[in-house]
Amino acid sequence: MIDKNCGFKDFTKVVRQDILKMICAAKSGHPGGSLSCVEILSVLYRKILNIPSDWKKSPDFNKRDRFILSKGHASACLYSVLAHCGFFNCDELLTFRQLGSRLQGHPSTRYGLEGIEACTGSLGQGLSMAVGAALALKLDKNPAKVYVLLGDGEMQEGSVWEALMSASHRKLDNLVAIVDRNKLQIDGSCDDVKSLEPLDKKLEAFGFVVKTVDGHSEDELTEALMFAKKADKPVFIIANTIKGKGISYMENNAGWHGKVPKSDEAQAALEELK
Amino acid sequence: MLNASILKTADEIKSPRNAYGETLVELGGLNKDIVVLDADLSCSTQTCKFASKFPERFFNSGIAEQDMMTTAAGLAIAGKIPFVSTFAMFATARCLDQIRNSICYPKLNVKIVATHGGITVGEDGASHQALEDVSFMRSLPDMTVIIPSDYNEVKQAVKYALEIDGPCYIRVSRTNLKTVFDENNYKFNPKSAVRLTEGPDVTIVTNGETLIETINAAKFLEKDGIRAEILHIPVIKPFFAQDDLIKSAQKTKKVVTVENHSIIGGVGSLVCETLSENYPVPVLRIGTNDCFGQSGEQRVLMEYYGLTAEKLYEKIKNFIKK
Repeated sequence: MIDKNCGFKDFTKVVRQDILKMICAAKSGHPGGSLSCVEILSVLYRKILNIPSDWKKSPDFNKRDRFILSKGHASACLYSVLAHCGFFNCDELLTFRQLGSRLQGHPSTRYGLEGIEACTGSLGQGLSMAVGAALALKLDKNPAKVYVLLGDGEMQEGSVWEALMSASHRKLDNLVAIVDRNKLQIDGSCDDVKSLEPLDKKLEAFGFVVKTVDGHSEDELTEALMFAKKADKPVFIIANTIKGKGISYMENNAGWHGKVPKSDEAQAALEELK
Repeated sequence: MLNASILKTADEIKSPRNAYGETLVELGGLNKDIVVLDADLSCSTQTCKFASKFPERFFNSGIAEQDMMTTAAGLAIAGKIPFVSTFAMFATARCLDQIRNSICYPKLNVKIVATHGGITVGEDGASHQALEDVSFMRSLPDMTVIIPSDYNEVKQAVKYALEIDGPCYIRVSRTNLKTVFDENNYKFNPKSAVRLTEGPDVTIVTNGETLIETINAAKFLEKDGIRAEILHIPVIKPFFAQDDLIKSAQKTKKVVTVENHSIIGGVGSLVCETLSENYPVPVLRIGTNDCFGQSGEQRVLMEYYGLTAEKLYEKIKNFIKK
């Protein structure tokens, strides 16, 4: 475990190494979309989210912000960030995707893993869950916020747009949605498969305040998320990212969505991440 | 008739949907964590009663059932107890992924109360007649499935659902039904079958709106000297009443199932699965036979699909003669 307060670059480097090691150990997983959201999750957990790492043991558990990883296939990234932020022991990371592990292929609340708020993996559902959680917090006059990270390919699911309508209709100013806009999905470029553009205009038309940022920039992500904390409308952050970020042969290559590097490839990747 | 005291003696026809709406209001006053969601059908499902009494705890998703179901999951994640309602068709078939992955898998405390189950939706036809909903819900791990039979039983079933910490599916009929159970003497007991008649000749397993038809069919059979044992089993998952079924089958050696649902995946399947593993006897499944419904007045449809007392009597008599 590295110090949560270490330099941002050092932190993200370790998370990327973890993602690679976990996927290689499991011989399965999703490197591309995990690597693209490393900065997003790192900024959230280091600087934005108010979530006690001692989880249910904390007296402030009910006051915590809620985070839902709607793109559940980026689980390796989430697990690594949670472990290095003290939610559970880093030794557990290498059990990823193995029988009996609390680190399921897609996040699950069934195994009591600290920091996991929702079962996700079937795409298009996290935003509706976030809407529900935001409504519940408002009913309880709980000032906590709900954050949800979606994939851009995921936004082709119709239920995402149902949820967008709900969020703005209910004026959920305690909801912050982020899309990991890496522009690739399993079968290729999102623009080729089914274009989302103009995404910012669509989201604005659905009643969100939209901020577009470089999803690998700590400063831009922080600024947008700090803005979202104070906004009086639901906020959607379009985080432009590079799928496979940090490993040159994976970058912007849809083929690495769910592929495991061979041992020489893994070696080269770890060299690059040093 | 066994257990005569639990039965309603007066002739009374009441709406099970009203029972749901009224019970929600009652429970909503007692438990502030209860929230209710509907998808533009609140007058049909009767959640409108809760909506007017507790508007701040009622959420109309509009015609967006998938969003509604997963929003309920989110409300449950943050500590609320959502009751989610729409027609059985849209609640289950349209939202199966949401119910499976976002409600049952995390074992969330969400109560799905779906009205308009079965062929008796009537004139709206096949697109609105859920004949597979029980099958879908019964196959989901950790889901409790309840099919109550009248106004008084719906009230108690809804209260029971609140006692369970986990997902629950209650199927409520559209039709106004003759009240079978006495509101004071009948106590809903999920753990056992309600044995309404005792007899050595045939066991008939049913629930929901086919219970009253089955009771009447048994009266016709009795005139022919055939004494049927009716087991009303409102909670089919978990199947607490398994031993009651096996014991009755050991006695009668012939079992019939009656349901306002496809014979695939519902009560008929449950009984066959249980008996084939524990005490194999011939079973006749009565329900819709692997087909879609169609438009028609509800009594006409009940007769067409063989679910009226008269039709049940004929089928069961032929089965016993074999």
